[in-house]
Amino acid sequence: MKRSVLTSLILISGLVAGNALAEPQAEVLHWWTSGGEARAVQTLMDEFKANGGKWIDMPVAGGGGDAAMQALRARVLAGNAPTAVQLKGPSIQEWYEEGVLADLSSVGNAEKWDSILPAAIGKHMKCGGKYCAAPVNVHRVNWIWANTAVLAKAGVSIPTSWDEFNKAAVKLKALGITPLAHGGQAWQDATVFESVVLGIGGPAFYQKALVDLDPASLNSPTMVKVFDQMRTLRGFVDSNFSGRDWNLATAMVINGEAAFQIMGDWAKGEFTAAGKMPGKDYQCNPTPGAGFLYNVDSFAMFKVSGADRDAGQKLLAKLIVGENFQKTFNLAKGSIPARLGTSLAEFDYCARRSAYDMDVAASSGTLLPSYAHGMALRGQQAGAITDLVTQHFNSSMSSAQAAKLLADAVANSL
Amino acid sequence: MSGWMTRNIPKIVVAPSLAAVLFFVYGFIVWTGYVSLTRSRILPRYDFDGLGQYVKLFRTPRWDVAIENLFVFGVLFIAISIALGLLLAVLLDQRIRVEGAIRTIYLYPMALSFIVTGTAWKWILNPGLGIESVVRSWGWESFSFDWLVDPEMAIYTVVIAGVWQASGFVMALFLAGLRSVDQEVIKAAMVDGINLPRIYVSIIIPSLSPVFLSAIIVLAHLAIKSFDLVIALTGGGPGYATDLPATYMYAMAFSRGDLGQAAASATVMMATVAAIIVPYLYSELRPRHD
Repeated sequence: MKRSVLTSLILISGLVAGNALAEPQAEVLHWWTSGGEARAVQTLMDEFKANGGKWIDMPVAGGGGDAAMQALRARVLAGNAPTAVQLKGPSIQEWYEEGVLADLSSVGNAEKWDSILPAAIGKHMKCGGKYCAAPVNVHRVNWIWANTAVLAKAGVSIPTSWDEFNKAAVKLKALGITPLAHGGQAWQDATVFESVVLGIGGPAFYQKALVDLDPASLNSPTMVKVFDQMRTLRGFVDSNFSGRDWNLATAMVINGEAAFQIMGDWAKGEFTAAGKMPGKDYQCNPTPGAGFLYNVDSFAMFKVSGADRDAGQKLLAKLIVGENFQKTFNLAKGSIPARLGTSLAEFDYCARRSAYDMDVAASSGTLLPSYAHGMALRGQQAGAITDLVTQHFNSSMSSAQAAKLLADAVANSL
Repeated sequence: MSGWMTRNIPKIVVAPSLAAVLFFVYGFIVWTGYVSLTRSRILPRYDFDGLGQYVKLFRTPRWDVAIENLFVFGVLFIAISIALGLLLAVLLDQRIRVEGAIRTIYLYPMALSFIVTGTAWKWILNPGLGIESVVRSWGWESFSFDWLVDPEMAIYTVVIAGVWQASGFVMALFLAGLRSVDQEVIKAAMVDGINLPRIYVSIIIPSLSPVFLSAIIVLAHLAIKSFDLVIALTGGGPGYATDLPATYMYAMAFSRGDLGQAAASATVMMATVAAIIVPYLYSELRPRHD
């Protein structure tokens, strides 16, 4: 009798002590394995450890996340999901539909995420109305980068509409400069396409066509005009563009072979690494037209067992949206904080401009998810659109047929 | 007891491998076939859905291009590799002096992985860096060889790279076959006054039909498997002009999270290949009643 009471007292105290001392532990799956991205994820690692957490790194490089998604699928099917996974956009909701994501509403409510995250971004982080992921940054996708000296030589200025761009490109071509530096890979074709849709159709058209997938917008005269512009742009790239990597296209702008490049704000890192200064050597401007296309990286929390992993998730989520992390991570990665109101004193000109534009876009309803970077649509639909766009760009398909095939491809992929 | 053992020990030894193959290869082929009849997305689902995935598959323009490319690439790759390999073997069979060295040189490309072949040929065929720019720098300003970036011609560059890699191997197969031909028959034919090319065409090459079988089987499996060659050489080609069913299946399964489509495309690929190989194997391997 006495021994069993003693045993149970010891067991109970052990349990209580165990819970009180639950060391936050997180196994984090990501593919930020090189350069600025690796340094950026290191800042999260350090901050997590400084707050008493145990970080188990699970970096899986390759394929822009394909290999990591494979590893994730294997782990989820084995019933042993990682604690936090680098996921973004609708794939978060796709995984939620498989029933494997954890509920972060306790952290979201305590930290007041509803008021410190822009509404459009907060929506991506919610599964069934409750928070399930934490955003780390905001990349702007629709930038047009330009070489200052080349523009001065040709006597052109930054275009504010696609017609102006075409006129400027003709002038540049006459001087033997490639107007648009482009890499002929499917995702780059898609990046240019969505900027053209936004510029020619406007934010409302972009929302209806590429986010809502309205068939009447996909096969419309506006879309035919978009494809006309894509055909015109095809004439403004050099003959070696097929298969070129994006950073080699940026290099063409840096050394003056080409005048413009349409690429997200990660191109800024290339300019900085080459020692170029914004304004003096290169210009960062939104692509012709109005609107802000965002690409938000985030960590989604998966259902795990164990008090320490649970504590690890909550600590990680709290730190990710914390002011300190948002500042240091984004300084290292070249994007801007997702948290509203973070001090931008240490950020460079292009980042500050991006943040200002994001605030303006959020209040005017022109803050839109990028389809080319997996923020607006699920993989099957986005892939079907990209296939059609890249086929049109690399063949002599007519614009009318392209618009029709676009509507067909989207209908077929749903 | 020992009689039973002698008869059955081989079966017992092979049984684990057989079980493994039955389960992992044929079992999973059946599993893939079942997944192709469901609406699986990022994870497999098991509710039966009918032939919807196949309907979607055949409405996708990219799949039409992939299947067409499989036939164009497969037929050209096998035919040209065999023709070239046979020609090289016949020429090498003429007892020339440096046969050993030449044979080794022709066989070297087989030792490379398809990734290396694809990357090297990507640079050689690049209009701005490779053959076109070299010939232009020699003076022929209007020379153009931009097949690599031309959507209509890009698949033929894959054929070129593949043939370069595999024809040495086919040559080695045929050379071994030629060397094992019975010399008495040749001498008898020469005594009869038949000239050498005729001897080759009418007597020696028909007797090599087992070697043709081996060569076609190996080349067919290389052609179907050539995912890495396409990815390294063209990345799927300008647009998706050099897409093959293997690259389509990879993109659906791993880049787009559409396991249903991937399973459907894999099943169609397997059915296409089986429809060609199984009758051929049957006709070659059935017991002949002469």
